[in-house]
Amino acid sequence: MIGGGRYSDDFNFEGQVHLAFLRSPYAHGRITGIDIDAAKAAPGVLGVFTGQDMEADNVGRFETDIPLTELDGTEIFKTRRPALPTDKVRLAGEPVAVVVAETAHQARDAMELIDLQVEELPAVVTSLQAVAEGAAAVHDEKPDNCALHWENDTPDAYDAAAAKAHKIVKIELINNRVMPVPMEPKCCIAQVDDETGRMTVYAPFQGGRRVQGAVADFLFGGDGDMVRHISDNTGGGFGTRSKVYPEIIAICYAAKKLGRTVKWLGDRSETMVSDYHGRDQVNRAELAFDENAKILGYRLETLTNIGAWVTENGARLAIDGGGRILGGCYDIPVLYYSCRNMMTNTVSTDTYRGAGRPEANYIVERLMEKAARELGIDSKELRRRNFITTFPYTTQMGMKVDCGDFAACMDIALKEADWNNFEARKKESAARGKLRGFGLASFVEGAGGRPEELMRVRFEEDGSVNIYCGTFSHGQGHATVYSQILSDKLGIPFDSINLIQGDTDTAPAGASGTYGSRSSQMGGVAILRASDIIIEKGKKIAGHLLQAEADEVAFEDGNFKAREGSVTMQEVARAAHDPARLPDGLEPGLDETYHYKRPGGRTDQSFPNGCHICEVEVDPETGSVELLAYSAADDCGTVLNPLIVHGQVHGGVAQGIGQALTENLVYDEETGQLLTGSFMDYAMPRAKDLSDIKAEFNPIPSTNNELGVKGAGEAGCCGAPPAFVNAVLNALEPLGVKHLDMPLTPNNIWHAIHGAKNEGGPA
Amino acid sequence: MSTKVSMNVNGKPVLADVEPRTLLVQYLREHLGLTGTHVGCDTSQCGCCNVHLNGEAVKSCTLFAIQCEGQDITTIEGLAEEDGTLHPMQQAFWEHHGLQCGFCTPGMVMVACDIARRRPDADEKTIRHELEGNICRCTGYQHIVEAIESGIKAMNAKG
Repeated sequence: MIGGGRYSDDFNFEGQVHLAFLRSPYAHGRITGIDIDAAKAAPGVLGVFTGQDMEADNVGRFETDIPLTELDGTEIFKTRRPALPTDKVRLAGEPVAVVVAETAHQARDAMELIDLQVEELPAVVTSLQAVAEGAAAVHDEKPDNCALHWENDTPDAYDAAAAKAHKIVKIELINNRVMPVPMEPKCCIAQVDDETGRMTVYAPFQGGRRVQGAVADFLFGGDGDMVRHISDNTGGGFGTRSKVYPEIIAICYAAKKLGRTVKWLGDRSETMVSDYHGRDQVNRAELAFDENAKILGYRLETLTNIGAWVTENGARLAIDGGGRILGGCYDIPVLYYSCRNMMTNTVSTDTYRGAGRPEANYIVERLMEKAARELGIDSKELRRRNFITTFPYTTQMGMKVDCGDFAACMDIALKEADWNNFEARKKESAARGKLRGFGLASFVEGAGGRPEELMRVRFEEDGSVNIYCGTFSHGQGHATVYSQILSDKLGIPFDSINLIQGDTDTAPAGASGTYGSRSSQMGGVAILRASDIIIEKGKKIAGHLLQAEADEVAFEDGNFKAREGSVTMQEVARAAHDPARLPDGLEPGLDETYHYKRPGGRTDQSFPNGCHICEVEVDPETGSVELLAYSAADDCGTVLNPLIVHGQVHGGVAQGIGQALTENLVYDEETGQLLTGSFMDYAMPRAKDLSDIKAEFNPIPSTNNELGVKGAGEAGCCGAPPAFVNAVLNALEPLGVKHLDMPLTPNNIWHAIHGAKNEGGPA
Repeated sequence: MSTKVSMNVNGKPVLADVEPRTLLVQYLREHLGLTGTHVGCDTSQCGCCNVHLNGEAVKSCTLFAIQCEGQDITTIEGLAEEDGTLHPMQQAFWEHHGLQCGFCTPGMVMVACDIARRRPDADEKTIRHELEGNICRCTGYQHIVEAIESGIKAMNAKG
């Protein structure tokens, strides 16, 4: 805000040199030669490296580590991705060689002198192409391109339920591929200590342990002590900055080889062609209903496009991610779920805000809306009839949803959206030749990620308190929220607390990072628990100071009290640093690290939920849509800081509306070239595309953590896409439009209107 | 080949030899170390690099440094008062949580000041349209718009 932030590119070091990547211009082909002689001889060039060099130096590879199997026990297809490939190029934009030179311009100029020879192969771009008979194989060892065909069970149970159904409602949906797009482009600086050989890596990240781990594994034989990661500020994360990319390994390799500080700043297009993408599913789904419109069973077949490599989470998103809450807010007695993860010659899809849960909610909410029409029931009533109301509720995928009140969220949202007067507003729009629509989506997601986290709380000698963490705040306000938690718990001034983050040297060993809306519910609880230990130790010190036994001391509102006497937390902290004032046998200082492990582990997450409503107006002449009003009722559990949680909801909604309205990542389906590789072509929402977002909370404290929080960051992008599309479909109902796929650009809507007309207009 | 260029940046005269192809944003960041001005894209879409040229908001990635010969440039670092008192617009962003990751923020604040100068009566809708050239990926814009509304009022009151 005053220009004082330090993002990775803001760091510069004496003697640093610059790196450029040669990227494959082909989506698919065999590498037959890489001639680097001319580049090596170019002005200022210090080194040119290819995959062969890295192979010769036994640099590690990104290996698939996903414990999922097919029904018959077949393991997932595992890829071993080198930072720079040696055999084939598998996507356009894949880094193939690096050039290091004295200046960035020299590195780029020399990079253009590398002669990459490739025998081109046909590109497989979409998941539908990848499953087709005779498709080219992205990996020769896996000719059918299917990394994993996962099923929860055989379809028998669903088929039996469907056989008794009064009505079966089916839908086919495309969940468009999108990009997370943190505003800070990719950047990395690798610095080697001349004496010790220890490497420091500066790069934007959501918690540096993964970078440290990967660089240590790939280049230092697994010795984590040889690698430090620093990011003071990270310009947006959204999941994509929780990943270690091949670029980082290649940069660190070059720095190690040359013994120089190597800097790389990716430009926007390079970032877009190499950061992992999100979503990209084709879904065929059906719900079987009984005569009372109660769901008997849910059948879902998903094709995901996971790109060229089986990355950390790509093949898990639809199963472990979306699978957490596959049936949304509804009681699903029987489920058949089949998910085929298809490899293609595109960038991998991996974690993007919501990571599978937005996709899952989108399917079931579109399906419920369609079912309401086909069953002739109001969609709100259909939802109410099928909401989960008994908790804890174990889903067909084994998750234990502990609490929620989905009907209450819907009621709040309907009131906020002034549903009762919608018809009048619709008439007013019609008088102006516009079509007004109202759409809602009830959703639930599963938040919390890895079920353990460490936090260290330390009272310093100057009276300040430092929280050392491995989580990373890049806009979620952790410094505020963690300080609030600690200040409330220990009764110490908010302003005396500092958050020390973004450095693996200060983060507790084993601390993880920020993803999956987990920092409050994991990190916050770890702070509480570390504080409990501090209070227990404080009682011993206070007892000594007050000449009482430790078990006589009570702690309340920042004061230790015993026998009419009282000392403050700060007084105890000062005494803790003075051996003369400590009871015998007590170590000086108040410095505790707590390793919090969530009871119940993976299944007992928190389940943020809510109901979001969009009101839109469509211009039938042009197909353009205006978002008129957005009303959100969110149950994020206990709200620690309303301003920050609202910010999280708004941001999630904006990304959800982006996917539904304008964002679409497009590859040329023949050549595999990325067609939306800059901000000129990839349309993220601007301020004028969004309306004011009304957001209320319906806080029902989570029972799975003592703060009662549920995670707020990913709710918005679960609710917004189905609410928005349902609203537009509602607006277009009079014109006979029954189906739309995102994004709802004017072009797509215009074609839908005219397609419906050609089919004979309203049914 | 390099060319001499002189300009006033944040009220101070600066003189340097630059390659003619040096963009203003590169000059500010790399030569002057004013890293508060950010580069978020290569196509003049995102607005992270907004600075003031003679008081008007411009995208510093679309100008060569040598085009600014003799001109007055203000960057985000030059907005607060010397004693550290925040500019009313910065104060408004602070109070309204008008930022999350902070990367787009300098550009947003610089543009917001320009909106306040040109449109002292701007309402929510106007502000949303005026932000056409700035992308934020974190906030959904709502708190930014609220901050700008409040910042404009504070600037008007200050006169």
